[in-house]
Formats: sequence, structure tokens, C-alpha cells
Amino acid sequence: MNATVAGLTWHSLVGRRRALLLFVLPVVLIALAVLVRLVSGESSGSATDLLGSFSLGFLIPLLCLIAGTGAIGPEIDDGSIVYLLAKPLNRYVIAISKWIVAIGVIVLFGVLPTLVAGFILAGNQDGVATGFATGALLAGVAYITVFLLLAVITRNAVVIGLLYALVWEAAIGGYVPGAQTLSIQQWALAVTEKMLGDSAPALGVDSAVGLTTGLVLLFVVSLGGLVYTGFRLRSIRINGEE
Amino acid sequence: MSSNGGVIHDIGFRHYDGPRLGRGYLIRSLYVESLRGCYGLGRSAKSKIMPFLLLTVLVAPAVIIAVVAGVTSMKKLPVDYVGYMFALESAIAIFLAAQAPATVSRDLRFRVMPLYLSRPLSRNDYVAAKYGAMSTALFILIAVPQTVLFIGALLAKMSFWPNAKDWAAGLLGALLLSLVLAGIGLLIASITPRRGFGVAAVITVLLLLSLVSGALASLADINGHPDLAGYFALLNPVSLVQGVLHWLVDADVSYPQPPPGTTGGLVFTAAMFVVIAGCYTLLLARYRKVSAS
Repeated sequence: MNATVAGLTWHSLVGRRRALLLFVLPVVLIALAVLVRLVSGESSGSATDLLGSFSLGFLIPLLCLIAGTGAIGPEIDDGSIVYLLAKPLNRYVIAISKWIVAIGVIVLFGVLPTLVAGFILAGNQDGVATGFATGALLAGVAYITVFLLLAVITRNAVVIGLLYALVWEAAIGGYVPGAQTLSIQQWALAVTEKMLGDSAPALGVDSAVGLTTGLVLLFVVSLGGLVYTGFRLRSIRINGEE
Repeated sequence: MSSNGGVIHDIGFRHYDGPRLGRGYLIRSLYVESLRGCYGLGRSAKSKIMPFLLLTVLVAPAVIIAVVAGVTSMKKLPVDYVGYMFALESAIAIFLAAQAPATVSRDLRFRVMPLYLSRPLSRNDYVAAKYGAMSTALFILIAVPQTVLFIGALLAKMSFWPNAKDWAAGLLGALLLSLVLAGIGLLIASITPRRGFGVAAVITVLLLLSLVSGALASLADINGHPDLAGYFALLNPVSLVQGVLHWLVDADVSYPQPPPGTTGGLVFTAAMFVVIAGCYTLLLARYRKVSAS
């Protein structure tokens, strides 16, 4: 972890207009939570609906897409990454610094708002808030790793990430049950399901994978992806504009 | 320097006395090149992958449906033309998100706007050409599969007039949807010179609007305000167009409630034109004082 790299990444992620987009998403989540609470009262059912679809299904993947690819993508795009790579820094350290900052952004703008929205909607019932926040954190770490790696590998990282999060996880996963086994969202949901315990079936939280499989896959993807990102950074090729 | 609006800067080389092609030609060229750019034509092979992949995603199901309809000699297509376009709206949204920044962000990032504007091309011409190109690209993306369905229906010897009518309704829907989406996409993309961020911003805004309006609509529906639920569809550009089409050509609506009656239809149509005109005006305002920022 290198403080300078981390600081620069932090500024490029939350500086200027990017921050606006990062702020809008959690604000909308909290606003919807307050509205649902006012209209339908405290219920863990509506909390599960909103957190499952809006937070785990939309907020976390998109924030991770912005933060994960934004942590390194623009630098590679405009070629200024060479100034960073020319410094006597271990490439793994660069990857890890950017990874940690991106996770910090997710915790701040994704996981904490999920926790707050959970408490607003369901209070302390059934551990809905903590269950979904934990799921969001684990999913966030895995998504960040995947999107950071994508940004290092390809110029089209954002579009490919979108295709994965929207088309593979949401659309294909809905029709082809097998596709859900390869879905970060489902792995994280397995943890949420476990944390909700006995009330999970009643709330309709049902992951496509078991808890062990989910945890192992999350761990393998997060660690393996990070190591491979560092490895790719060791021999990155800087191309010109398309 | 010249009488019909052409400009060639005199830097001391041999003079040019031939015909000048003028402003109309510039707009036409910018339009054609932007449209080709939306599909990656005239660019590297890499930038052709994404648009043609998405075009395939949209066309492939139509081809399959058309072939199946022909082989099993169906009497009626299993999907209607308007419904087909809304079933694949996420692919359309991804196409917009991927190509709108490619259309406008590059010019900002490489600071070539001053070069464009030092020609007889005005700011309004630039915006008109880009808006036209983006909506034409979206229209092609949506209309080609509908036309494939239509041809399939005719080959399967279905009756001509009902199909032609539905096909025309589908094309109208394609036109309206592409105008609305192109406006929103370009407006967001024109704010940032970063392509990656533009892609994320466009898709985030579209998804956010659809999720928020969906959540509000079902909330209103559950609490017994179906009319209000219908009006929440206004928030989502896609369901806005869907509402207009429901009123105009009686298309099915995937929302909790369609817009209520004639008033609803008029409100939706008015809102749609406000969105299109508003996006265009804001784009003009954006390019009034253009910098890469």
C-alpha cells in the first residue's frame, strides 16, 4: 500500500463530477427507503425487496463499475499511467493501493447506505440490515477486483462490465439457472441468506449457490483477480487511441 | 475570402479557386461520419466489436422467430413489433451508453471543437449533426430487427395489411424511442471528456430512472392509486415512450398501469416532446461555451 498512489486514486475517484454520480445513488436509495417506510411502515419484507433489487442488484454493481474501472481506466486511457509505472514502485503495490481505495469508496457510498437503508426500513428485525450490508461488502470486494482487472486488460472495461452485471447476472441469470452459479450477486446473497437464518425463506431470499461455494468463490475471485491484476500491470502495453 | 461560405486559410501557399462545398456539405459529412462512427465503421476493428455484438443481440432473436414462424407456418407472430423493442430495451440502453460518449466525448477530449468551429460549421449545426447521427444509429438498431420480423411474417404467408400496420407502428415507436434516448445519452455524454465515465453515467441515469419510477409506481399501485402509478412511468424515458405508444397505437405496457385515458396519453406525448426539445436545447447550451473540462 502506497499512500501517494492511494491519495491520487482517491482524488481521481471522488473529485469533481464523478463524486456527483457517486453521491446521487446512495441518496436515492435512502430517499426510497424513507418513502417506503413512511408509506408501508416498518417491515422486513419491503426491506428485503428494496435492498435485494436496488442495493445488491443495482447500486453495488454500478458503484463498483464506476470505482473499479475509474481507479485505473482513465489513467490507462490517456496514457498518464506511464508516469506512475516509471516510478520505482512494485506493480503489485500499485494494484493493491488502487484496490483498497476503490473498496473504501464502495464502503462509503454503497455498504454504509445499504446498512442505513436497512435500519430505516426494518429496524433491528431479523438482521436484515446487517445481512444485506455484509452481502454488499463481500459482493463489492469481488466486483471491484473483477472490474479493476477488466480495466487493466481491456479498453472496453465499462461496457463489458455492464454486459456482465446487466445482461449476464440480471437477464440471463433470470432465465438460465446455471448462469447464476457464475454470479457474484448470488455468491454474496448466499452469505446474506445465512445471516438472515430462519427468516430467509419467508423473506424470499434464496441464493443459487450454497454458503461454502459462495464464500470460496468470492475469496478465490477477489484474491486471484487482485494477484492477476498486479501480474498484468507488470507487463502492460500502452496502446494509442483506437 | 470566398463568396459562398467556404474558408481556406491563406498561409501563403498556392491559392484555391475551385468550387466550395459549403456549410450543408459540412453538416452532411459530420452526420455521415458520426453515424458510421456509431457502428465503428471507419475505425479500428476493435471498436466495431461492441456495436455489432449489440446489433446481433437485437437481430438474432428476430431471425430465430422469423424462421420458426416460417417453418411451423404460424398464423400470427408470437411477439408484436412494439413489444419486441421493449423486451430488449437493456441492449438498446447499453448501445446508447457505449456509443453516445464515443460520438461526442472524443471531440472534447482531444480538444478539436475549436477546429470544427473555425469552419463555417456553427455550434447548432454540430449539435444537429450529432443528434441526428445518434438517433439514426439507434433507429437502425431498433428498426432492423422489426423489419426482419416483418419479412419473416410475409414469407410465412401471414396476411399483409395487419402486419404492415403493426410494422409501421413499430417503426414509429423506434423513431420516438431513438429520439428520446439519443437526446438523454448525448446530453450526459457531452458533459464529460472521459469515455469510460460517460458510459457509466449514461447507463446509471437510465437504470436509476427506471428503478425509481418502477419502485414508486408499484408503491402507488399497492396503496390503491393506480392513476398515480400510471403517471410515475413519466420518470422513465423508456416507459414514457411506451405510454405514448399505448395511447397512439394501443401497444401493450409492461408497467403496473398504462397512462390513464386520453388525458394520460396527451400528458405523456407532451412530456415526450418536452424531453426531446429540452435535451436538444440543453445540448445547444452546453456547446455555446465549449471547453474540455
